[in-house]
Amino acid sequence: MTSIVERLSLSSTRRVADEKKAQPYLNPYLAGIGLGIVLLLAFVVMGRGLGASGGFTSMLTAGVNAVAPEHAAQNEMYSSYIAESEQSPLTDWLVFELIGVVFGGLISAFFAGRIKKTVERGPGISSKGRLALAFFGGTLMGFAAKMARGCTSGQALTGGALMSVGSWIFMIAIFIGAYAFAYFMRRQWI
Amino acid sequence: MNAPFYKFDLFSQDFSLLIAFVIGIGFGFFLERGGLGSSTKLAAQFYFRDLTVFKVMFTAIITAMLGLYWLSWFGFLDLTLVYVNPTYILPQLLGGLIFGIGFVIGGLCPGTCLVSTSTGKIDGAFTLLGIFFGIFVFGETVTFLYDFLYSTSAGQITIPQLLNLPHSVVLLLIVVLAISGFAGAEALEKKYSAKEK
Repeated sequence: MTSIVERLSLSSTRRVADEKKAQPYLNPYLAGIGLGIVLLLAFVVMGRGLGASGGFTSMLTAGVNAVAPEHAAQNEMYSSYIAESEQSPLTDWLVFELIGVVFGGLISAFFAGRIKKTVERGPGISSKGRLALAFFGGTLMGFAAKMARGCTSGQALTGGALMSVGSWIFMIAIFIGAYAFAYFMRRQWI
Repeated sequence: MNAPFYKFDLFSQDFSLLIAFVIGIGFGFFLERGGLGSSTKLAAQFYFRDLTVFKVMFTAIITAMLGLYWLSWFGFLDLTLVYVNPTYILPQLLGGLIFGIGFVIGGLCPGTCLVSTSTGKIDGAFTLLGIFFGIFVFGETVTFLYDFLYSTSAGQITIPQLLNLPHSVVLLLIVVLAISGFAGAEALEKKYSAKEK
């Protein structure tokens, strides 16, 4: 408890001293070990790994089911998510995990002085242009994650650690797709 | 042998949701700690300037892999009760290519865009909205994709089964590959950051 108090007061004095300078990120290998242990805990406690896009699908299903229940019942994707849930599509493991992700990110960023309202972009693009591309990129990823039955969390990370062949195909294909298309996006980033 | 705990009914489904929340906190915490909540940092991966994504991801994968192996070796964890993602070769290949293109356009993936959004980045929020829209588009067009989505099914196949090699040998190969990858990543970063100066 005292250490948290000390850290809080320390970070606030430091903030006054050098005007809210964010702390550097953790060494990537240490962050990776931390992430790997969290993933291992999920395997040991639950018998399943982490995920993201599946949780978003549950949230979307709950929304569509509330607005247009007949449409949701007739649709293959929504109906399968409704069938899998015992109460509401929102009482889903991944939905609760994602709420945790929001708080986990916040806690880490808070103690490192990294919470800041901003639009992250390279020097060659406007904020508006960046936001349009962010939305478009997100759309492609949302669609592709459904096609592949998972995203970087559920397939690449989780399936990768379980040596699933399809997960490794997906992971390698992501790197190929991204590196092949990076040239066209260079003005946005570098 | 008493893990995975949930598969041995050590707690209820309601309690599993609390566990999901706690595990999610750890997931989000280490994503942010490593810098994976920043689109510019993630995108730098694809220009060889900052290979943090690769380093964090593969360190996490081999950490979890080694942990799984040892825990099942000691007889603590029954690996057959851990859910393995089934393989559908072409949907996962094409899905990966489209996802990769979307990743370099958007700069964040579904998990990381949530951390980006919660720490104040507006571009993260727009990526998140885009992802919901993309899932919606998929849901509305899934009827036309059905045949393709279930094509080239290979079941819950793993790399050791595919190559007909022992689990431990594949594990060792992946660890060696990852460590050589890390050495290569450090060299690439040095080369590309020297170029900038």
